[in-house]
Amino acid sequence: MLDCTPKKIIKRTGGMINPAKTCQPIGAMYAALGIHNCLPHSHGSQGCCAYHRSHLTRHFREPVMATTSSFTEGASVFGGGGNLKTAIKNVFAIYDPDIMAVHTTCLSETIGDDIPTIIKGAEVPEGKLVIHANTPSYQGSHITGFSNMVKGMVAYLAEATTDEKKEQVNIIPGFVNPGDMREIKRLAGKMGIRFIMFPDTSGVLDSPMTGKFEMFPAGGAKVEDIRDSGNSKLTIALGYYASSDAAHLLERNCRVPAITLKTPIGIKATDELLMTLRSKFVQEIPYELEEERGQLVDVITDNHHHFYGKKVALFGDPDILTGLTEFVLSLGMRPVHVLTGTPSGTLGGPQGIFEKEIKEMLAAAGLEGRVKAAGDLFELHQWIKNEPVDLLMGNTYGKYIARAEDLPFVRVGFPILDRGVHPYMPIVGYRGAMRLVEMISSALLDRQDRDAADEDFELVM
Amino acid sequence: MINVSTAVPNDNLIVERQSSILVKGRQRKNQLKCDAESIAGCVSQRACVYCGARVVLNPVTDAIHLVHGPIGCASYTWDIRGSLSSGSELYRNSFSTDLKENDVIFGGEKKLARAIDELVEKYKAELVFVYSTCVVGVIGDDLEAVCKAAAQKHGIQVIPVQSSGFIGNKSAGYRAACDALLRLIEPPGGPRPLNNGRLVKSVNYLGDFNLAGEAWIIKDYLKRIGVEVNVVFTGDSNYRDLKKAPEASLNIMQCAGSMAYLARRMEVLYGIPSMRISFLGLEDTAASLRRIAAFFDDPEMMRRAEELIEQETAAVRPEIERYREKLSGKKAAIYVGGGFKAISLIKQFREIGIDVVMVGTQTGREEEYQTLHDISDDGTVILDDANPSELERFMIEQGAHLLVGGVKERPLAYKLGVAFIDHNHDRKHPLSGYVGAVNFAREVYSTVCSPVWKYARDVGGGLYAAGNKALPER
Ligand code: SF4
Ligand code: SF4
Repeated sequence: MLDCTPKKIIKRTGGMINPAKTCQPIGAMYAALGIHNCLPHSHGSQGCCAYHRSHLTRHFREPVMATTSSFTEGASVFGGGGNLKTAIKNVFAIYDPDIMAVHTTCLSETIGDDIPTIIKGAEVPEGKLVIHANTPSYQGSHITGFSNMVKGMVAYLAEATTDEKKEQVNIIPGFVNPGDMREIKRLAGKMGIRFIMFPDTSGVLDSPMTGKFEMFPAGGAKVEDIRDSGNSKLTIALGYYASSDAAHLLERNCRVPAITLKTPIGIKATDELLMTLRSKFVQEIPYELEEERGQLVDVITDNHHHFYGKKVALFGDPDILTGLTEFVLSLGMRPVHVLTGTPSGTLGGPQGIFEKEIKEMLAAAGLEGRVKAAGDLFELHQWIKNEPVDLLMGNTYGKYIARAEDLPFVRVGFPILDRGVHPYMPIVGYRGAMRLVEMISSALLDRQDRDAADEDFELVM
Repeated sequence: MINVSTAVPNDNLIVERQSSILVKGRQRKNQLKCDAESIAGCVSQRACVYCGARVVLNPVTDAIHLVHGPIGCASYTWDIRGSLSSGSELYRNSFSTDLKENDVIFGGEKKLARAIDELVEKYKAELVFVYSTCVVGVIGDDLEAVCKAAAQKHGIQVIPVQSSGFIGNKSAGYRAACDALLRLIEPPGGPRPLNNGRLVKSVNYLGDFNLAGEAWIIKDYLKRIGVEVNVVFTGDSNYRDLKKAPEASLNIMQCAGSMAYLARRMEVLYGIPSMRISFLGLEDTAASLRRIAAFFDDPEMMRRAEELIEQETAAVRPEIERYREKLSGKKAAIYVGGGFKAISLIKQFREIGIDVVMVGTQTGREEEYQTLHDISDDGTVILDDANPSELERFMIEQGAHLLVGGVKERPLAYKLGVAFIDHNHDRKHPLSGYVGAVNFAREVYSTVCSPVWKYARDVGGGLYAAGNKALPER
């Protein structure tokens, strides 16, 4: 029996069972892959790097290139400075990227390697760059790691070189799929606004099959664009957890005003993104986007009886959940359990925002629900046993709960290891929302078909 | 040392890597540098000690596998191996002490003790494995002491696995796992040869993790020739069965990379001899069954083995022949974990008419490379701990149609327009024994002959023109 979860909830203090998060470096590696011609480098033992690459590869079904400092016992006693210097030399000699993005691991953090000093003492070829982020996994989650690496990009690269800010917007997309990044770029493009997106993994982790292996695929944010982000008029950080820290750093360093918006999942959040772009750049929203929005509302109207009033449990990364909760509420669904593994609040920042924001949304809809940050899937499963739901939405790991409780299950977020194609398809924007509506209704209706008695089995639904 | 200029052209290769690659027929053998540490700054395909230990112990189905460390190490190993269970599914959960900053500063022992208490109470398990990870190795938690105290408190076995990642590579993890298993199977009162002289018709089957149910297939074959499998290390094993391990007369060993050390120790401690066998491919499967029967020196068993070999071979021959006709002349590249598996694969490819033009392993040992060299054709590239650029380069140069590898190699092959099969955790069908030989042939056929490659070549247009022209037409 795969279901090993007891219904009775007892307080636990000794760690996680079935985690709903993973560690910082994988987020940093993912972010670094969103720079053009960049090689991520894991400063630690080779195991961490192998795991991060495998995990990303399973999700994206793409090659994921990253190097490692390959710590041995010596390095763990005397520090990894020598390893990192050798690595920097080798990486440029052999793989020749434009830029190398170093992140730490628990091991190098615990030993206390001082990365900036080591980088300064390393031989970096003329015209090449090395940036870094500290990503100890005993803090935060993969989302924190993503955020830290994006901060690293700003800290090392962004510069204010013009007196007057340019008519362009920086967009930090957050930890979303390349398909989502493409969609956000499409929206900004349709608005006719010049934008700089970083990181940008489209064209890197959804690259075409060409018969050739590209160590550095064609996509990714260009270094000169990230530099130029210091000259932009505005930064839009999509997602508080993955993106806002970097935007604020850019504000401090280069006086580019920062606005944090929700990951644009659903009508409201997408509206907010487009309205913000319009208000700052005085552009009309083009008919095509109005049309898409209208189609989305039409689709929801046509299908609302399929999902209205259904109870749903949501889990995954905090930024995705904030958008998703708002969206399922707008569909008339009842998100009674919402759980993320990522701790609430960023380091040094305010705590408990995740819970507060979601609870407020629920309260506004007249609902009560369980909301938790830094939770695990064991706990979510217990909640569901105590208050059953009609639908589960989250990453691959939800399949155990879905099976044990016989729930329809919609896969969203990271990682999804047991299905393909998803990294290419957006869940953001109006089109992405339409896709979500299709996924949700199909899951519910497939279940209804499966369970219907012969006499209730219907052709038209 | 090897003369690089005669080996392979060295552009694009890291100087330190040149001694890890050779081409058969161009050098004297025994020149390959292997079992060495990876070089800092390489895209290595290698994993760590914890990974090796976890791979070996994970299939112990009714154990609590508790990872003592920050969350990641546990997240990445949550149920990623397709080891099947006929009983408990406890091993498919992910347990982590999820160390936080405070634990790293002040030590994680208390949290570990609490985690064990809570888990044991919840799951009533008789066995807990506690894995140490890199951080734990550095902060110096006394795993032994915590485990010992917990074992006494709960009256169960709590075994520490010394698997800090930096103490070596995957092989060191295999050894750490074997040490943990040895502690588990040690009878009360200490080791003593138990089966002195008695030759019960019972074997331990080492180095099969029951991926896709493979161990079940082999158990069935052995049963049919009159041999009981006492316990499998570690596919579909459990606490009670593992405890009985010293009672077998023989250890047969499929994956020697992970299990050779355990076999050697069991020979010393319990007087159980060991035998390397391989159930990959028709040839090796038949040879292995014969050798097992010969060991027991039992004419009836030998007769039954011959009968089984004949029956099963006859049953699969026609289908394999069909695939052989379609596949003959195709070329394969192999990049797998251990050397022994690579050797079996070369033979198995021959059975379906495919030549192996490149072969490499992550952790193969010297004598295995020797054998690989002996059985390879002239011109075959042999390499240790390869990185993706090397794999790419040799697959293209050698005109491989197919790559056998693990999760990280799959998309690499596909990008090159090269077919792929997983011979690692992500395999979906059993690849052992006679059934496995057919599955293998079918899998190879379905990927090598997929219509998708045609589109990759024809329609890619401008994109494809820049691509892999060296690939032979399909
Ligand atoms: S040691 Fe840290 S960085 Fe490495 S896998 Fe574990 S949690 Fe992640
Ligand atoms: S921290 Fe160490 S044990 Fe954990 S994955 Fe990394 S190398 Fe392996």
